Amino acid sequence: MDGPLYAHTSYVARPLTDHSLELANSMMRPTITVNGKETPLAPAAPHTTALDFLRERGLTGTKEGCAEGECGACSVLVARPGVERPTDWVAVNACLVPAAALDGQEVITSEGLATVGAAGTAPALHPVQEEMAVRGGSQCGYCTPGFVCSMAAEYYRPDRCEHSAAEGDTAHSASEADAEHGPNGFDLHALSGNLCRCTGYRPIRDAAYAVGAPTDADPLAQRRDQAPPVAVATAYTQDDKAFVRKNTLAETLRLLRERPDAVVVAGSTDWGVEVNIRSRRADCVIAVDRLPELRELRIGSDRIEIGAALSLTEIERRLDGRVPLLAELFPQFASRLIRNGATLGGNLGTGSPIGDSPPVLLALEASLLLADADGEREVPLADYFTGYRQSVRRPGELIRAVRIPLPQAPVTGFHKIAKRRFDDISSVAAAFALDIEDGVVRTARIGLGGVAATPIRALATEAVLEGRPWSPETVEAAARVLRGEGTPMDDHRASSLYRSAMLGQSLKKLYAQHTGDAQTTEAVSS
Amino acid sequence: MSQLSERPENSVVGVSMPHESAYQHVTGTALYTDDLVHRTKDVLHAYPVQVMKTHGRITALRTSRALEVPGVVRVLTGADVPGVNDAGMKHDEPLFPDEVMFHGHAVAWVLGETLEAARLGAAAVEVELDELPSVITLEEAIATESFHGARPVMVTGDVDAGFADSAHVFTGEFQFSDQEHFYLETHAALAQVDESGQIFVQSSTQHPSETQEIVAHVLGLHSHEVTVQCLRMGGGFGGKEMQPHGFAAIAALGAKLTGRPVRLRLNRTQDLTMSGKRHGFHAQWKIGFDTEGRIQALDATLTSDGGWSLDLSEPVTARALCHIDNTYWIPHARVAGRIAKTNKVSNTAFRGFGGPQGMLVIEDIMGRCAPLLGLDPTQLRERNFYRPGQGQTTPYGQLVTHPERIIAVWDKVKENAGFEERRREIAAFNSAHPHTKRGLAITGVKFGISFNLTAFNQGGALVLIYKDGSVLINHGGTEMGQGLHTKMLQVAATTLGIPLHKVRLAPTRTDKVPNTSATAASSGADLNGAAVKNACEQLRERLLQVAASQLGTNASDVRIVEGVARTLGSDKELAWDDLVRTAYFQRVQLSAAGFYRTEGLHWDAKAFQGSPFKYFSYGAAAAEVEVDGFTGAYRIRRVDIVHDVGDSLSPMIDIGQVEGGFVQGAGWLTLEDMRWDATDGPGRGRLLTQAASTYKLPSFSEMPEEFHVTLLENATEEGAVYGSKAVGEPPLMLAFSVREALRQAAAAFGPAGAEVELASPATPEAVYWAIESARLSGSPLDDEVLTGA
Repeated sequence: MDGPLYAHTSYVARPLTDHSLELANSMMRPTITVNGKETPLAPAAPHTTALDFLRERGLTGTKEGCAEGECGACSVLVARPGVERPTDWVAVNACLVPAAALDGQEVITSEGLATVGAAGTAPALHPVQEEMAVRGGSQCGYCTPGFVCSMAAEYYRPDRCEHSAAEGDTAHSASEADAEHGPNGFDLHALSGNLCRCTGYRPIRDAAYAVGAPTDADPLAQRRDQAPPVAVATAYTQDDKAFVRKNTLAETLRLLRERPDAVVVAGSTDWGVEVNIRSRRADCVIAVDRLPELRELRIGSDRIEIGAALSLTEIERRLDGRVPLLAELFPQFASRLIRNGATLGGNLGTGSPIGDSPPVLLALEASLLLADADGEREVPLADYFTGYRQSVRRPGELIRAVRIPLPQAPVTGFHKIAKRRFDDISSVAAAFALDIEDGVVRTARIGLGGVAATPIRALATEAVLEGRPWSPETVEAAARVLRGEGTPMDDHRASSLYRSAMLGQSLKKLYAQHTGDAQTTEAVSS
Repeated sequence: MSQLSERPENSVVGVSMPHESAYQHVTGTALYTDDLVHRTKDVLHAYPVQVMKTHGRITALRTSRALEVPGVVRVLTGADVPGVNDAGMKHDEPLFPDEVMFHGHAVAWVLGETLEAARLGAAAVEVELDELPSVITLEEAIATESFHGARPVMVTGDVDAGFADSAHVFTGEFQFSDQEHFYLETHAALAQVDESGQIFVQSSTQHPSETQEIVAHVLGLHSHEVTVQCLRMGGGFGGKEMQPHGFAAIAALGAKLTGRPVRLRLNRTQDLTMSGKRHGFHAQWKIGFDTEGRIQALDATLTSDGGWSLDLSEPVTARALCHIDNTYWIPHARVAGRIAKTNKVSNTAFRGFGGPQGMLVIEDIMGRCAPLLGLDPTQLRERNFYRPGQGQTTPYGQLVTHPERIIAVWDKVKENAGFEERRREIAAFNSAHPHTKRGLAITGVKFGISFNLTAFNQGGALVLIYKDGSVLINHGGTEMGQGLHTKMLQVAATTLGIPLHKVRLAPTRTDKVPNTSATAASSGADLNGAAVKNACEQLRERLLQVAASQLGTNASDVRIVEGVARTLGSDKELAWDDLVRTAYFQRVQLSAAGFYRTEGLHWDAKAFQGSPFKYFSYGAAAAEVEVDGFTGAYRIRRVDIVHDVGDSLSPMIDIGQVEGGFVQGAGWLTLEDMRWDATDGPGRGRLLTQAASTYKLPSFSEMPEEFHVTLLENATEEGAVYGSKAVGEPPLMLAFSVREALRQAAAAFGPAGAEVELASPATPEAVYWAIESARLSGSPLDDEVLTGA
């Protein structure tokens, strides 16, 4: 879900030629502040995950459950540039993030959340730890430290308590609560990337919904008002393998021209899986997630431009519903832990046919800004994908930003078909953006995922819809065509028959929802 | 009331409290086997050489290239085994095989200075095979008669006469999925050799004594030369009852040969592709009902998917047979069981141990047949319950004790759930919503408690009182999250009459309590609790004598309550610490070994008759679901459960077991979709869902939005420690209610009275096809479509 991947099969390792960085590397040993303590990165390898780094230093509370960002047993808190305040505590999967990507950053683990007591006394528990412990939120306890970290991140979310009851008085304001939000403003989606095999989740939900607001004396709460840790230029090398982070886009693009074999990562939510599950080792990994040029979000009169390295969580919170189709997508895109790292640049860079953002961006008629050392070009997303995990992006080119033209079509819908509602990979996904005027479909844009080697536009269906009345007959005719778009396949996620059927059904459902025929379908799918 | 079940007033058992390790869990300081690696020096890492072919005889195994990889220390092969090359108890499970029996079978192990070195070394080992044909699916096994192990037949009454008396006879076939344990902590072991050559293995095992036994036979040692310890497990669910032994043996072999500590931890992919799962089953059945819908006769053949070796498949299949009746009286039955031999991992114990599979068959029959009989499914189920006062026995000949509890939990859950009123509301909702339907179903559970094999029903404990009055307990059970240790602390404090903080518990070790049974069959608290109680009673009796002489009274008049000994009609008292110190100076023994054997069990495995169970656990659940007619997607809106745990030893722990078991069962029945490559392509036999990204467990989105669990009140069980009942497995089967609610919601899209077949797991796709079939007036699509194959 992240980081353009470059084939590096024929590459012969050679040392970095950027002398200034080698100098910086020798002068400043990469260090990570873990639970307030400066911890040197060495002797970890450049590919070593933050999880292994922490465990090898004796912080074994952080666990490996799956090593691919699915279970959250490795969740830790990192300090990141904040959306509402200077700094946010953000929970990420430590199994996916290279430790070297945390050079100069601050990390808190489950061990660090508890305040160490005097010798011989029990540590004072963090409020989320206390609630988890006393409410039966742990059974085998293996997933618990990860839950605690994910829960702590939500505990510190600055806007969580805005609409909720005062601290210690969380029981009565049920009017603010719904099936996925507690009376204390706790968003259950914060735990969507954490799996527990023992409890059945009820006591964990009770704990989450019972935590109050952080006190002013809480050092982690105070930390939010200080500037975030700055991004540190990093060049960490070992045995001809390198992890590099530059300060500017220009420097990054120059390095990328020099090292077209390099793997580019932002949140490393995709590359981390390659490293752990497929044992891939890159000669050079370049981190782009803190490049200021890739982190801008501009809302103009005729378009919205979203930096390719903003995390999906940042986009979600900063857009705050301005793009309804994206707002519908985000809660269905992987889990909160993944969205805290994953970027649009990464999701488009991998070119996966089952990424969840391409169908939506296709329906929105988005385009991509591709930058290399010579300049920048704009490519419509519809022309971007060329084959299975292939695109028009050239070696040395980076996705800098995604442009969404305005105004948006008024009728939109995103339908993701998957086995599990939270954090699953879609078997098919369909995004609709329709302009309906006086009961007639003026324009129709439909993006599909999971039905071909690339995400596609449903052009034939769009043609059937456009110019016709928005009626059951039109929808029926268009659904028949939509079922035939692409070439869905049989696999462990779904049969091709079901995939095809769901394409047609998604349009019918959109119609039912839009015409108010099925108010309760929202209850099931939202 | 029996002595075993009698509970003193204000006892520590029965008090609701969090898990004894909860504070360590939440602070990340609770240690699991693989956390010890970072606290141990000079550890070598073991990595498997997995052969990615499904079946074949090994013709060459070359390790020289692996040994050239920097950091590789040694490659372990069959030639290194000094003892018996077998990872199981039946000599059908070679630790280092000559024949690859399933895709991903490990044939050698590489030891490296780092995990990375061991991995690269494993990739450099060259294995050549003469490939052989493979059997993957249950259909293939049945067609080719590929079976192994026992083929039990359970017979009661006269089946032919029963069918002759039946007004309605239905037949059917049903195949349902296996299930991955997905304990969050994968298999792990860390082995060391001490100065005298003794092997010490820390293992994530539910059965330390058997791990010890197998490590010993592999190494050619006696059991007293091997000690196995289990600190705790990050989940077990049966997956660590038999399966950890071979991994522990590899680590121990490596430690013995190199003299260095060896760590073996499977990553998730290895765990998924190498370790056994819940058995999938195939069932062929014929059932007869009288005009009122009462079952007259059942004839069924259950085929379990045993995988490549027997492991626990025989007792699993036996338990499936023993639970096909569930809560229903079946006067005439003939049920046969057999175990398919397939080229897949060796399937093993999983919470319920075949019981859920047997019960799923009868609950599926009930759900399918109710509309054909013109009955509401709830009515059909109620009509067939075991009745009190009639001396009804199970098809294997055991008297059903407390059958009134079947009705008691059922009626109580109906009341708690507002069942009748909500059914009316749902009917109104469904008629108003063409695209969304709700279903509300109630199902019950009767589950037999004890190991089928009588010998396993014993437990041991060692309780030590130190001079300062502190108490240390050891027992044979292992902690995997189920709260056994919490309960054992409560039992010890209760029996001794002291506050809980006086008691500590030491990790499970084979050199403290020998010859233990697996912590399995839900029996952990029954067996070990009674043993702990027995040890504490011995100590209490001795201390009462001491107290009596100090207080100037008879021992029978002394009570120790909350750490103070008092006697009747006197103000004199003696604090626990003083009592213990006095006892020491009087040279009274302050340690005791406790023991317990479950009385009254007998089982004739050949005749498939007897009374293998000490008692039955009962429960009932009402589940409401909402289904989207466009996609088949659904959510669980509300679940009400009433469950019988006897008099609970620890209510928060028990409710946690009920809730967790329920959601795990719902996962098996709805979401968890294990897929194997059964094509004739090059990937044949490969597990397709070998990661958390493809094998989906329940997450927060599957938790019932409203979830109410109540424990049955006044439920003392005479035959178990402090009147309690086992709780680990039975609640899993309460999840049948979700499946039946989905069936009813799917049926609501079609005309009334149609039979609805529903594949298991009932994924959104499976539910969609059930809806489509209901819409087509109940004419089911062909099977291939229904199973989504």
